[in-house]
Parts: sequence; C-alpha cells; structure tokens
Amino acid sequence: MAGSPTPQFLAPLEDLRQRIQDAERTGGPAGRSEVARLRGLLEDEARRVTASLTPWQQCQLARHPDRPYCLDYVRGLFTDWVEVHGDRAYGDDPAIIAGFARLDGESVAVVGHQKGRDTRERLYRNFGQPRPEGYRKALRVMRMAEKFGRPIISLVDTQGAYPGIDAEERGQAEAIAFNLREMAALKVPIVVVVTGEGGSGGALAIAIGDEILMLEHAVYSVISPEGCAAILWKDQTQVQLAASALRLTARDLLQLGVIDAIVPEPLGGAQMDPNLAIRTVGGAVRKALVELRRVKRDDLPRRRFAKFRAMGQFVER
Amino acid sequence: MVWFRRPEGAERPTSRVPEGLWVKCDGCRETLYRKELERGLFVCPRCGHHHRVSSRTRLAQLFDEGSWKELFGNIHSADPLEFTDTKPYAQRLKDLREKGVRCDALLVGVGRLAGNRAVIAAMEYSFMGGSMGSAVGEKLTRAIERCLKNRLPLVVVACSGGARMQEGILSLMQMGKISAGLARLHAARLPYISVLTDPTTGGVTASFAMLGDINIGEPGALIGFAGPRVIEQTIRQKLPEGFQRAEFLLEHGMLDLVVPRQELKETLARCLAHMA
Ligand SMILES: [Zn+2]
Repeated sequence: MAGSPTPQFLAPLEDLRQRIQDAERTGGPAGRSEVARLRGLLEDEARRVTASLTPWQQCQLARHPDRPYCLDYVRGLFTDWVEVHGDRAYGDDPAIIAGFARLDGESVAVVGHQKGRDTRERLYRNFGQPRPEGYRKALRVMRMAEKFGRPIISLVDTQGAYPGIDAEERGQAEAIAFNLREMAALKVPIVVVVTGEGGSGGALAIAIGDEILMLEHAVYSVISPEGCAAILWKDQTQVQLAASALRLTARDLLQLGVIDAIVPEPLGGAQMDPNLAIRTVGGAVRKALVELRRVKRDDLPRRRFAKFRAMGQFVER
Repeated sequence: MVWFRRPEGAERPTSRVPEGLWVKCDGCRETLYRKELERGLFVCPRCGHHHRVSSRTRLAQLFDEGSWKELFGNIHSADPLEFTDTKPYAQRLKDLREKGVRCDALLVGVGRLAGNRAVIAAMEYSFMGGSMGSAVGEKLTRAIERCLKNRLPLVVVACSGGARMQEGILSLMQMGKISAGLARLHAARLPYISVLTDPTTGGVTASFAMLGDINIGEPGALIGFAGPRVIEQTIRQKLPEGFQRAEFLLEHGMLDLVVPRQELKETLARCLAHMA
C-alpha cells in the first residue's frame, strides 16, 4: 500500500541514513570522519540487505514511500515542462500526469502514474490508481506526440487501475483496452520505465512500448501478491508465497522476455539516493531514444507488434 | 468390444447444465426438460436465463451446420513459472486434459456464418474459468493473423474471469499481444465483433473483449474490469442492483447491443454484412 511505514528489513538502513544526516550537521573533522565511518557501514548493510531480498520484500521496496515518483523524474530530468489536463470528455484524473518537456533540449511527451507524498496528496492522487479519464488523457497526449513527431516516455508506478463504481460506469476496461490497441499503432518511439509498482492492466495501459525498462527493485505483476493470495490460497496472509510464485521481480521479467533491460538502483534502493536514481533512469532513457531514433517511423508499429507477439510460453503438439 | 463411445473431440454440451433428462434452471429454479433447453440454445423458455454453454456448443450454434473446422488445436498451456498454489499448475492442466477439455480456454474455428466465411473463437469457461494464459494469447493472435491473411472477419465470444494468475506476467502480456494484433486487424479494415457473455471480467474485458467494432452483450451477463467483490471491498458499500450487467453497460455506452442468444447468429450476420 502506498504510504505504508518503513518495512522491518529496511529499518537498519533508514537508521544509518538518519545518523549520517545528524553527523553531517555536526560538521568539523570529527563529524566528517563519523560520516565516512557511517557511510561505510551503510554500504555494507545495504549490500547485505539487497543481496538477500525475498520477492515479497522486493514488493515492499517497490512501494517504498520515499522512492522517486513521476513528477520527481520530470523535475529532475527535463526542462520546459508543460502539464496538460483532462480527457476532453469527462474530467481530469490526477492519478495520471501527461504533458510535454525537453530532454537535452529535445521535445518529448511524458505520461506516468502519480502517487502522493502526504495524506492529502495521496487522496488527491487516489493513491496512484487511475480512472478511465486518466488513461484517456494519457492517450490524448500520446496521439498529440505522434502528430508532432515527438517520442513518448512513459513512467509506470501504480498498484492498479481504480476498482470503483464510477470507474466501471465510465468504462475502465474499455479505456485500458483502447490504450493497448492504440499505443501499439503509434508511429513514434515509446520508451517505458517501470519505476515502482507495475500493477496489472492499470500499469500495462500505458506500457506498450518499443523499449521496456525496469528499475532494479521495481515489480511488475498480473495481480498483487495480496490479491493472488486471497484468490488462490484463499488466505490473504500467504503474500510471501504468492509473491514468490508470481515471478514479479525485474530479474524474473528480464528472464521471461518481458522487459529489455534493468536500470540499476542506488545501493539499498532508489529511496536511499533519489537523485542518483533519477539520473540513472535519465541515462537509460537517453540511450534507448538514441537507438529508437534510427528506426523508421513507419516500421515502429510492426516492430512493436513483433515484440509483444513473442511474449508467452506454450506447447505445440 | 466398445460399441458406444463419445465421439472424438466431443465435450459436455455445457459447462453448467448437468447431464440428465431433467435439469433445474439457474434463473427461475424450474425443472426443465433437457432436450427442450438444448433446442432453445440453453436459454430457459420460462424466464429467459442464458445458461453458460461450452465453446464447442457455441461455435456449433454460430457456424452453419457442418461448415467449420477447428484451428490451432495443437496449442496448449505450458507451465513457464513452475507455479504452485494449493496444487501445482502442471497438475491442474493435466487433470483438465484427462477430463476431456482439449481446447485450453479458447476454441478457434473457421467456417461459414450465414454463408460467409469467418473466423470465430469462443472461450471455454470450464478450463480454469476461461482464464487467459499464453496458449489463449497465441491461439487468438494466430486467429487474427489468419483473418489478415485471408481477409476474413473475426468474431470472439468472451467468457472469462480474466488473466491466468498461474502464468504471472506472461498472462498479463497476452493483453498487449492480442491488442497489438487487433491494431493490425483494425488498420487492415477487417471487421471484428466481440460478444461478451457471462462472465467477462478482468484482463479479457480490458483488452480484446472491449475492442470490437461492435460489442454485443448477452442478456444478464456480468461484464466488468474489477470483480464485484473487489469493488465492494474497496468502497465498503453494497453494489447497486444490476451493476455490471450487460444492460447496465448498454445504458452506460460500453456495449452496442444486448442480444438474446436466439438472435445472435442473425445479428452477427447482419452486422458483418454492413462491414464487408
Ligand atoms: Zn428459468
């Protein structure tokens, strides 16, 4: 859940990070040597924690409330940001942001899920769970990107599309489905980065792309471990088993041929050094765009189809 | 000597109506003569309740008699994640095959619909709730490719709880795979009609089932993205009467038509004639 307290296994890291900040405030030669000592400890501890993460701990890390969110990436990587609003049919959905910005001076379209930092913003952003108009706004901007020949960068971080009465009434399923089909046909490069939680259809609805990247500690799954445990084990406490069975870590997805590359995170996770995480994502996105710029625009839909066409494993007999 | 055997490939006529001379209607609880129910395409003659039918029965109802053959029946589910919940997924698959459900959760056929060639696919609810895994995704993608190659219209009858959890992220990606295929069908200006039957939810609704040039619901069918229980738990309220039923979706602009089963074939033919 967004905004959950720091999970137990990360407590030593948070504690060290706090002590480093305190020591930095002390200053002087004593302070500096204490900072250096603590940094060493932190590095060892972070290495130890991340080396032995269980899939369920990966989920908790992916949901960490101090990870960078979409707007943090926008602020950190782009200039001249213009956010646009609304689906031109019903309303504006703050759970999805969409607009245009410059990356190294070049104009690009950016869409992404947006979670909130504090209680008020979390409610405003509906915990990053979009309604149909969010998906329709995203598509509107992506089509505009195609019209003006701008590449699209999509940042994915949601526990899922909002399961509410109003969302159903306004066609949540149709909105997601339509995005899948239309994104597949867009004649501009699409780079997708799963930055936190890739929550099922609500994530996929903005994640049909040419290059699909995933942060080291992000997760991407057909259903949350909680939901899976409730349905298949009929026991919501079996989240650890469900998380393991679902194979939802970045390494799993690379192995299953669903993503193209893993973007490394700062030691201990993106929340330990958000600015470094944002810069690393920026580097990976630039690299992907350079490669995609070589592809003829008219070839993009066929290539994108071939990419998704190859996903899945079955037997023929 | 075996002198009486089930014909090759035949399955139980429906997934819900039990065998026997007399059956009880799921809608009105009246006892019905089985033959009468079958003649009425498994729609209750008393209350109009649409009973679920198997994929094979569905294709037989829609194709002209004797005009169709199965496609891609050699594609079956694998167990890419080696998934085990309360029972290994591999075992579930084996048990189902032994029970005689041979088409996985989707049966594809090519044949004639009111005289015109078409590809029709129907989901099989008795195979893990009609859930969509890699085999369903591959079969439907090949069906789309067959339509592209031979310039045929596509009809898909959905009946599914959504993506198959036992194939994890790969089942989610089938939504993208099929929808990207439908983008090509759309670009090629070929007709696609989606028929949504009880139930159609989750990743199936949120991909190909909502992407028809024309979306047709069966009366009373539960159709939605999130299941009613999930929504109730989220909003902590009782859901309104008729919520997520086909008629509700028609009223909210998500379906073009709600068509009783007796009129489905004729309606499909009439729609396709406008699109050919
Ligand atoms: Zn009845």
